[in-house]
Amino acid sequence: MLDIKKIRADFPILNREVNGHPLVYFDNAATSQKPQQVIDKIVEYYTMYNANIHRGVHALSQEATDLYEASREKCRAFFNIPTAKQCLFTFGNTHSINAVASGAHVFVKKGDEVIVSAVEHHSNIVPWQMLCERVGAYLKVLPVMDNGQLDMNAYHEMLNPKTAFVVVNHISNALGVTNPVKEIIAGAHKYGAKVLIDGAQSCGHMKVDVQDLNADFYTMAGHKMCGPTGIGLLYGKEEALNELPPYQGGGEMIDQVSFEKTTYAGLPHKFEAGTPNIAGGIALGAAVDYLNEVGMENIAAYENELLIYGTEQIKTIPGAVIYGDVAAKAAVISFNVEGLHPYDIGTIVDKLGIAVRTGHHCAQPVMERFQIVGTIRASFAFYNTQEEIDVMVQALQRAVKMLS
Amino acid sequence: MSNIKEIQNEIVDEFSMFDDWMQRYEYMIDLGKSLPIIDEQYKDDEHSIKGCQSKVWVHAGLTNENVVFTADSDAIITKGIIAILIRAWSNQKPQDILDANTDFIDEIGLKEHLSPTRANGLVSMIKQLKMYAVAYQSQIK
Repeated sequence: MLDIKKIRADFPILNREVNGHPLVYFDNAATSQKPQQVIDKIVEYYTMYNANIHRGVHALSQEATDLYEASREKCRAFFNIPTAKQCLFTFGNTHSINAVASGAHVFVKKGDEVIVSAVEHHSNIVPWQMLCERVGAYLKVLPVMDNGQLDMNAYHEMLNPKTAFVVVNHISNALGVTNPVKEIIAGAHKYGAKVLIDGAQSCGHMKVDVQDLNADFYTMAGHKMCGPTGIGLLYGKEEALNELPPYQGGGEMIDQVSFEKTTYAGLPHKFEAGTPNIAGGIALGAAVDYLNEVGMENIAAYENELLIYGTEQIKTIPGAVIYGDVAAKAAVISFNVEGLHPYDIGTIVDKLGIAVRTGHHCAQPVMERFQIVGTIRASFAFYNTQEEIDVMVQALQRAVKMLS
Repeated sequence: MSNIKEIQNEIVDEFSMFDDWMQRYEYMIDLGKSLPIIDEQYKDDEHSIKGCQSKVWVHAGLTNENVVFTADSDAIITKGIIAILIRAWSNQKPQDILDANTDFIDEIGLKEHLSPTRANGLVSMIKQLKMYAVAYQSQIK
């Protein structure tokens, strides 16, 4: 059992008021809040250790480098990544995806096919469209069924010797549905295709084991797992990372530089050009420590309770329609109230101190698929409570009354 | 006929009767129902103003040297604000529309809806109303 009171005390922002009401923060799929331990780590870094890493011989640079690399090791262990050099720091999940997509011409040739799912957010669509345009490959869309689950029969039929890359999110940000990524990966591998799993929504909410999944690439967002913004991770199989050309040129990613020829550094530095987000990387390690202390299994179990309770409660609102109402999903409820615009409802509940996301969630194709302008999305984290869900449902009822 | 300033003051007076935001919003939603609705044929891309979340359509015509606006939105709250703006600005001389400002929206406590970061397209709509005024201004001359 989680001691929620104690956990909530670690998140200072949960004490603030919004529009005269205690904040109810249900926009965790957009970004998670940060515990004091993570905030303190950022302050500590700039107060005590600030120096550029991997280059100075002086003590400060050495200390900062040690902290940064210790954090990499924590992240490696957290996702069961085999070696630290396969655990690359990036500036965020979108950066991680682009780092792979921009070099993926080594895997995807003219006439090949790249499969993306119909429930991706724009970050996991556009880089692949750009790749396909660049190399003359075809973008194929793995369809989603009415219940929000991917159509796996269609998937297996789509796979063929031309399939070179498959990209799917582990959990859909717009619907919260958990995708059968193990089956997707195994299917793609039969045809020799590479697979990238976008873990933006899974990394802070469930135990992720990249070796068990057997993905070729897996991307994570630091700020969605209680870490700061501007830091992300990219995991890749060693061979795949070696084959992938570097994304950006600059300092730190080189071995030898002359005007005739530059040779690149080995992993992970080949993908870490320039001065990284040092404070962010170190603070992400503190976030991982925090999540480990609470326990990912505990977090997943507790958030599932919130999901079940929230789903039941939202269904008591007349006209409520939930998209992706299936068992295998994260604590994300994407819904509408019939006849009402999500923007109107979001505006009223905001006045009552409740932070939910409204709109298309940067996943316009998903909205088009369900023929809606957008949804209201309530996404929970382990510091949320059933009482907060009650407050939200009361606010929703009030909004419906005002708007009907 | 009242000028823009008079109508804006009238609106501010009406809203001053309410004690809290809920009553103001309810009144605004009511006003939305009185919005002169744009003819269906103009609800197209050419007349739409893209906000991120709610859609807005605006049409302008010239009657007796006054600009007459009709509009609609798919969101009720957005529609309410448009109704308030159009009540003040429609059926007015182009130059008066160009000279008008939106301070009265602040005064009635709805300022947040006109923030450029708000994803409702209202800021673009105000620009569009002024553009129409500029266009008709040059026509009259």
